[in-house]
Amino acid sequence: MNTQNPASTDTGPDENPQVLTTRDGIPLKVSLARALRREKLRALVLIAPLLLFVLITFAAPIADMLFRSVENGIVSETLPKTVEVLATWDPESGEIPDQAAFTALYEDLKVAVEEKTHTRLGSRLNYEASGMSSLFRKTGRRIGRMEPADATVERFIDIDKDWGTVETWAVLKRYSPTITPGYFLNAADMQLTAEGVEMKPENERIYLYLFWRTLFLSLTITSTCLLLGYPVAFLLAALPARSANLLMILVLLPFWTSLLVRTSAWKVLLQQQGVINDFLVWTGLVSDAGRLVMINNQTGTIIAMTHILLPFMILPLYSVMKTISPSYVRAAKSLGATDWTAFWRVYFPQTVPGIGAGAILVFILAIGYYITPELVGGTDGIFISNRIAYHISTSLNWGLAAALGVILLLAVMLLFYVYDKIVGIDNVKLG
Amino acid sequence: MTETKGAAVRYENVQKSYDGETLVVKNLNLDIPPGEFLTMLGPSGSGKTTCLMMLAGFEPATHGEIFLNDRPINNVQPHKRGIGMVFQNYALFPHMSVAENLAFPLQVRGMGKAEQEEKVKRALEMVELGHFGSRRPAQLSGGQQQRVAVARALVFEPELVLMDEPLGALDKQLREQMQYEIKHIHDNIGVTIVYVTHDQTEALTMSDRVAVFNDGVIQQLSRPDVLYEDPQNSFVAQFIGENNKLSGTVESIDGETCAVRLDDGTMLKADAVNIDGVGSRTTISLRPERVEFDTHDAMDNLVSGQIEEMIYLGDHIRVRMTVAGNNEFVVKVRNRGEKRDLKTGQTVEIGWAAGDCKALDAVA
Repeated sequence: MNTQNPASTDTGPDENPQVLTTRDGIPLKVSLARALRREKLRALVLIAPLLLFVLITFAAPIADMLFRSVENGIVSETLPKTVEVLATWDPESGEIPDQAAFTALYEDLKVAVEEKTHTRLGSRLNYEASGMSSLFRKTGRRIGRMEPADATVERFIDIDKDWGTVETWAVLKRYSPTITPGYFLNAADMQLTAEGVEMKPENERIYLYLFWRTLFLSLTITSTCLLLGYPVAFLLAALPARSANLLMILVLLPFWTSLLVRTSAWKVLLQQQGVINDFLVWTGLVSDAGRLVMINNQTGTIIAMTHILLPFMILPLYSVMKTISPSYVRAAKSLGATDWTAFWRVYFPQTVPGIGAGAILVFILAIGYYITPELVGGTDGIFISNRIAYHISTSLNWGLAAALGVILLLAVMLLFYVYDKIVGIDNVKLG
Repeated sequence: MTETKGAAVRYENVQKSYDGETLVVKNLNLDIPPGEFLTMLGPSGSGKTTCLMMLAGFEPATHGEIFLNDRPINNVQPHKRGIGMVFQNYALFPHMSVAENLAFPLQVRGMGKAEQEEKVKRALEMVELGHFGSRRPAQLSGGQQQRVAVARALVFEPELVLMDEPLGALDKQLREQMQYEIKHIHDNIGVTIVYVTHDQTEALTMSDRVAVFNDGVIQQLSRPDVLYEDPQNSFVAQFIGENNKLSGTVESIDGETCAVRLDDGTMLKADAVNIDGVGSRTTISLRPERVEFDTHDAMDNLVSGQIEEMIYLGDHIRVRMTVAGNNEFVVKVRNRGEKRDLKTGQTVEIGWAAGDCKALDAVA
C-alpha cells in the first residue's frame, strides 16, 4: 500500500463529468476495449486451428454441395453458340429453330466431341427429359465425319429425328441458364414444362412421400425412445449411486458396440426364421405359416433405430432428473398429493427440459440416419437420406442429391423454429 | 384448532435402523401435547431428522408405533396424514408461481376455486408477501422463499407442522428475524410444531420444550431455561451454550451437594446432579458467566488461575485462563465500563457458588 490519499484517485470536479476517463485521460471505454482486445485475440488464436479445420473440411464442402443444387453451367459451357442463337427462339411458336441454330450446334458439338464433354451434357439433360443421353451420344459419333456444309436441318434430323421436335430444343433452351430450379423441382416431385411448373404424374412421384415417411418414422422413433427411456432414466436417478452406475453401463453398452454388429444382430433376431419368430412359433402364439414380418420393412427400421438411439434419450433425461431433489415429491405428498399427482404435477414438469433435449437429439439424429434403414429397412423402411446416398454414389445425380439435402436441412431448421416457439430452446437442458 | 385429548403426537418404543446392524433411533418415547413448539436438537447423525421423517411418513419405523391424535399412523400414507412440512431447502415447486405453490395443497383436496384464492391470499398476507403471488420462487430472496414455504405448510390448516432445519440456508441476521416470525405465527394460530435443528440458539429462542438428541437417544427433554441451567449430563451441558469442564473424583456427598477433588488437588463444592457415588469420576460443568473476579470469603469455591488471553467482544470480555490445569477455562466478564485491572499473564483469584457448577457424568 502506498501512502497516497485514496480520494485523489477519484475523478476531479474539473474533468468532464460525461465521459469517464482513466487517470492518463484516455476514455474509459477505449481503454477497456484495448484491454479486452488482447483477451479476444488470445481466444481467437486458440480456436484458430479447429476453425480452419472445420472451414476447410466441413463448411466449404457443404457449401459447394449445396451450390450444386442450383448450379447448371454445363449447357452454356458446352454449347455456348447454340445457347446464344436459341435466346431469340420462342418455343411457343411451335416450330423448330432455323438453320442458324443447327450451324451453331454443329460448331459447338465439334469442340465438345474433341473434348469429350458432349456425353456429360447428354446425361445431365437426361435427368430432365429421357432420350437426351442417347441423342447426344449418337450425334457425337456422327459429327466427327460431318463437314461444316453438311450441318443442315435435314442432316441432323436424319441422324436422330428428335432434333426435329420442338421439345428437344425447348429442353435445351430451358436449361441454358447457369442457375436452375430444376433439381429442386425434381426433389419436390415437380417439373418444368413449357406451360410452367407442375406436379409430376402420380406414378413418378417419390420424394415428397419419402420426406413425409422420414418425418413420420423419425417422430415415431422419438416417441418410442421417450416411452422406453423415461422409466429407465427415472429408475437410474432414483437408485443409489453404485447400482445406478452399473445400470448406466448397460445403457451405454450399445454405444460401445459397432453399429453394424448391432444392426446385424437385429437381423438375426427379427427375420422370419429368426430367434423371435422361432420362439413365438414354439410357444404357439404364432403359426408356422404366419411368421411375423419384422424386418426389411418399417417395423424393422423402428425397432433397430429405437435401440440405437435410446441412449441419446436416456442420458439427457437422467442428467436432468438427477438434479431434481427428492424433497419436491416429498413436499407434494406432505401437502396431500397422491403418488400419481405428485409425479404428474410436480416431478414430470421439471423433467420437461430433459424430454426436450432428448427428443430433439433423437429426432435430429433419426431424420438423417442412413446405415440402419439401409440394412433393415427393406424398400418401405428407407429414409430420404438413403435416396440422397443413392444419387451421390450410384446415379451420380449430385445436383438432385444436393437439392434433397437442402430441403432436408430446411425442414429440420423449420422444425427447430417451431420447436423453439412451442417448447423454447432455453428450456432444453443437457444436465 | 380442535382440542384433542392427550398428545397430538406420541412416539411409543420407536426404533429405526437403515442397515439392520446399527440403530439410528434407540427406543424413542415422546409425547407432544397439542399446540406445543417442540424442537429436536442434536448434532448431525443423532437421529433427529430420522424421527421427523418417520412422523412425516417418508421413513417407516423399524419397531414401535407413532400416534397422531391417538391414532396409529404407521400404515397411513404420507399424503393422508395431513401434516404440513417445511423442508430444508424449502422445496418450493420451481415451475409454479408462489400462488400456485400455495394453492397446490388446496387443489389436491378438491377445494373450490374461490375458496382457494381466499385462503392463498390470507396465507400470503400472514407472511407479509401479499404482492408476490405471481412471482416464481426463483425470483424471491432466500428469506421470502422461506416464508412462502412456511405459508404453504400452513395454508391447508394442518394441526401439526414439521420443520426440518428450515433456516439453515439463511444468513445470520435473516435467520434471527425468521425465528421470531415463526415463533409469532405459532403463538397466533396455536398449531403444533415439531422443529428439527442443530443450532442451539434457534432451539432456545423458539421452543416450548427442547429434546436434545445424541446417538439415537433423547439426552434431555425440558424447557430451554432448564436445559441451560440444569443440564442432566455432560453432553447436554457441552452442547447447549458455552461450558467449562473440570474433571475430578467425588470425595463426599452431602445431600444435594458434593465435594470433588480435581486432578490437580483443588477441592470444589458442586451440585450433585449425575454422579455414581463417592470415589467415582465426574466432570464438573460451569457456565463462563457465573464466574466472578470480585471474590469474597463467603463464596463456596475460590481458586486461582492465570490469565492467558483476553478478547474484547463489546458487551462482554472473554478471558481465557488456566485453572486447575485446564487452559481452556473461559470467564465472561460483563462490560460495565469500569476499568478492571486485568492483564495477560497475571494470576488472579476467581470464585463461584456451588449451585452454579454441576457434577455430571465423567467424559474422557
